[in-house]
Amino acid sequence: MTQIQLPSYREQSPEVRARFERLKTRPVILEVQDLCKDFDTRQGRVTALRDINLTVHRREFVCVIGPSGCGKSTLIRMLAGLETQSSGQVLLDGQPVSGPGPDRGMVFQGYTLFPWLTVKQNVMFGLQVSGRSGLPEPTALQWIDLVGLSKFSDAYPHQLSGGMKQRVAIARALANQPRILLMDEPFGALDAQTRGRMQAYLLDIWKNIDVTILFITHDLDEAIYLADRILVLKAHPGEVQELIEVPVPHPRNPKQFLSPEFLATKARLEELIHPPQAETAGLSEDHLNMVRMVAVDDVVPEVY
Amino acid sequence: MSAQSWFAVRKELSPKRRMFLGILSFVIPLAIWCLVSYVPFIWHPMVQVTDPGSVSYFTPGMLLEHEVFEREAEAAKEKGEAQPTGEPANPIYLPAPHQVAKAMYTAFTTEPKRRDEKWLHESLGNSIYVIAMGFLISSLFGVPLGILAGTYDVFSRLNEPFVEFFRYLPAPAFGALAVAVLGINEAPKIAIIFIGTFFQQVLVIANTTRKLDPSLLEAAMTLGAKRTSLLFRVVIPGIIVDLYKDQRILLGWAWTYLIVAEMIGASSGITWFITQQARYKNFENVYAAIFMIGVLGLTTDLLLAWIGRRIFPWQRSIAR
Ligand SMILES: Nc1ncnc2c1ncn2[C@@H]1O[C@H](COP(=O)(O)OP(=O)(O)O)[C@@H](O)[C@H]1O
Ligand SMILES: [Mg+2]
Repeated sequence: MTQIQLPSYREQSPEVRARFERLKTRPVILEVQDLCKDFDTRQGRVTALRDINLTVHRREFVCVIGPSGCGKSTLIRMLAGLETQSSGQVLLDGQPVSGPGPDRGMVFQGYTLFPWLTVKQNVMFGLQVSGRSGLPEPTALQWIDLVGLSKFSDAYPHQLSGGMKQRVAIARALANQPRILLMDEPFGALDAQTRGRMQAYLLDIWKNIDVTILFITHDLDEAIYLADRILVLKAHPGEVQELIEVPVPHPRNPKQFLSPEFLATKARLEELIHPPQAETAGLSEDHLNMVRMVAVDDVVPEVY
Repeated sequence: MSAQSWFAVRKELSPKRRMFLGILSFVIPLAIWCLVSYVPFIWHPMVQVTDPGSVSYFTPGMLLEHEVFEREAEAAKEKGEAQPTGEPANPIYLPAPHQVAKAMYTAFTTEPKRRDEKWLHESLGNSIYVIAMGFLISSLFGVPLGILAGTYDVFSRLNEPFVEFFRYLPAPAFGALAVAVLGINEAPKIAIIFIGTFFQQVLVIANTTRKLDPSLLEAAMTLGAKRTSLLFRVVIPGIIVDLYKDQRILLGWAWTYLIVAEMIGASSGITWFITQQARYKNFENVYAAIFMIGVLGLTTDLLLAWIGRRIFPWQRSIAR
C-alpha cells in the first residue's frame, strides 16, 4: 500500500481558524457537565457513559461518533430528557434540563411519524400540543415547503419513502423552533444515494435557519461532511476520546470528500475508532478458516 | 400465474384464489352434508316405512331402527303375511339441506303456536337487544379501563390482578345470582353477557394499549406533549385500529354467551325458539335458527370490517 502524505488533521487554514475563533465567541446553547449514566441490569451495574463534557455554541453543528454500543443514543436521550442521568447535568441556555420538552427537537432513526396523521397534521402536532400562538396550519405548511414536500402535505406516512419520512420528521421537529435539534442516526436506515441528498438538505436547512444541531452517526464521512466539531466516544465505558475541530472549510460540498483536510480527518477518526492493535488482534478471530471447496477440474477453477 | 405455488409459506395468494378458497370453505361442509343426506348408502341408520304391510303398529312415514324393521319384516314373511316396505333414512335430528333451507323461510312465516309466544323475528330481535346492551355496557367501562391500565402502571397494578382472577370465574355460574338480584327478564341476561365480556375486554385492551410503539410516545414528548395530550393525541389514536379489531373479536365472544344468558330466568330470544322447536321435534327449524345466528354474526363482523376500512383511512393499505 502506498503511503499518501497527508497534512495533520489539526492543521487549519487561516479562514477555518478564524471561523472557529468566531464560533467560540457565540453564546453557549448547550452545556454538558460531567454527565454519567449507569444502567442497573440483571448482570449488575453497567456504566454506559462516564464524565462527558461538551459545550455547544449557537448555530454550531456537532457530530457524535463512536463504535456501536458506546452510548451515543444514551447520551442524546439524556439531552432530550428521555433518560435521566446518574450524575452530572445538562444545561440548556444555562437552565438545567429535566424531562423532555419542545425546546429540544429530536429526530429518531426510525422516523416515528404518527401513522394516523397526514404529513401536515404530523408537522402541526407540536404546534398544537404546546399551545403556541399563531396559526398552526400555515406555519406547518411553511415548514413542509422548506423540506420540499408541499405536494405530499395530505399524504399519510405509509405512502412516503424513507427519505421523505425523515424530511417530515425534521420539519416536525423544526416547526417547534427548538433551541437545539438532536438527531440520532437519522439517515442510518436510508440507502447511500438518498443519504447523500439528505445530508445536503440538512446543511441547507442549517445554513438558512437559526438552529443548533447535535447529530449522531457511525458513518465517518457523514460526520466530517456535516460537522463543525466531532465528539469521538469510545466504548466500555463510554468516554470522550477526542473533540475534533473539522478543518474542512465551509460551505461544504461533496467534492471535498477527497480533499487532503477531509482525508486527514478521516484517517484520524479511523485511528480512534478502529485502533490498529485491536485490528490485528481481532483479525485472528475474524479471519475465516477457509478450505478450498471448488473442484480442481471445475470449469472455473480459479478467480484470478 | 400457475408459477405461484398454492403452498408458499406466509405468501399471500392472489385475490382470485382467496375468493375461490373462501367459497370452497363453505362448499365443502355443505357437500358433505348433501352426501350424507341424499346418497342412500352413506350412513342412513334408520328405515322410513313406506308401506306398513301387515305390521299393525307401523304407519307410513314412521322412522324405525334397521333392526326392528328387519325383525318385523322377517316375522311377517314367516307368517306369510304382507311384508312392510321402507327406505333408508337419517335420524330426525339430521334434516336434509333443502328442508333446512325451506325452514329458513317458513320459520319466519309460521305463526306462533300460542298467543303469548313470539314470532321468530321478535325472538331474534330480543337476542340482538340483549347482546347489544350487554356489549355496550361492558364497553362503556371496559374500554376506558383497559386503556388506562395499559397506559398507567398504577391502574394496571390496581385492576389487573383482580380482573385476571375474575375472568376465570365462568359467567354462567352467576346466573342464579343475576336472577335473584335483577329479576327474570332481560336484565340478568344482559348481566351475564357483561360478565362474560367485561373482564376479557379490560385485559385484551390493556395489552393492546401496551403494544403501542413507545418511540411514538417519546417523539410526542420531545414535541411538547404532556399527560393529557399524550393520552388523547397519541395513545388513543395510536391504538384505535387495534382496539377496533379487539372489539370485533370480543363481540364474537359475546355471542357465545348469548345462549347461556338466554336460558337464565325466563327463557327468551333465539334460545327460546330453539328449545321450543326442539321440543316439537322441528329440527329443521332448530338448524335454521342456529344458522341465522351464524349469518347474523358473520354479516355484523363483515360490516364492521368494512366500516373500519372507511374510518381509518391511514390503514387502508395495511388492514384488510
Ligand atoms: N435501558 C437500558 N438498560 C440497560 N442497558 C442499556 C439500556 N440502554 C442502553 N444500554 C446499554 O448502554 C450501552 C450504550 O447503548 P446505546 O446508547 O444504545 O449505544 P449506541 O447508540 O452508541 O449504539 C450499551 O452497552 C447498551 O447495552
Ligand atoms: Mg444508537
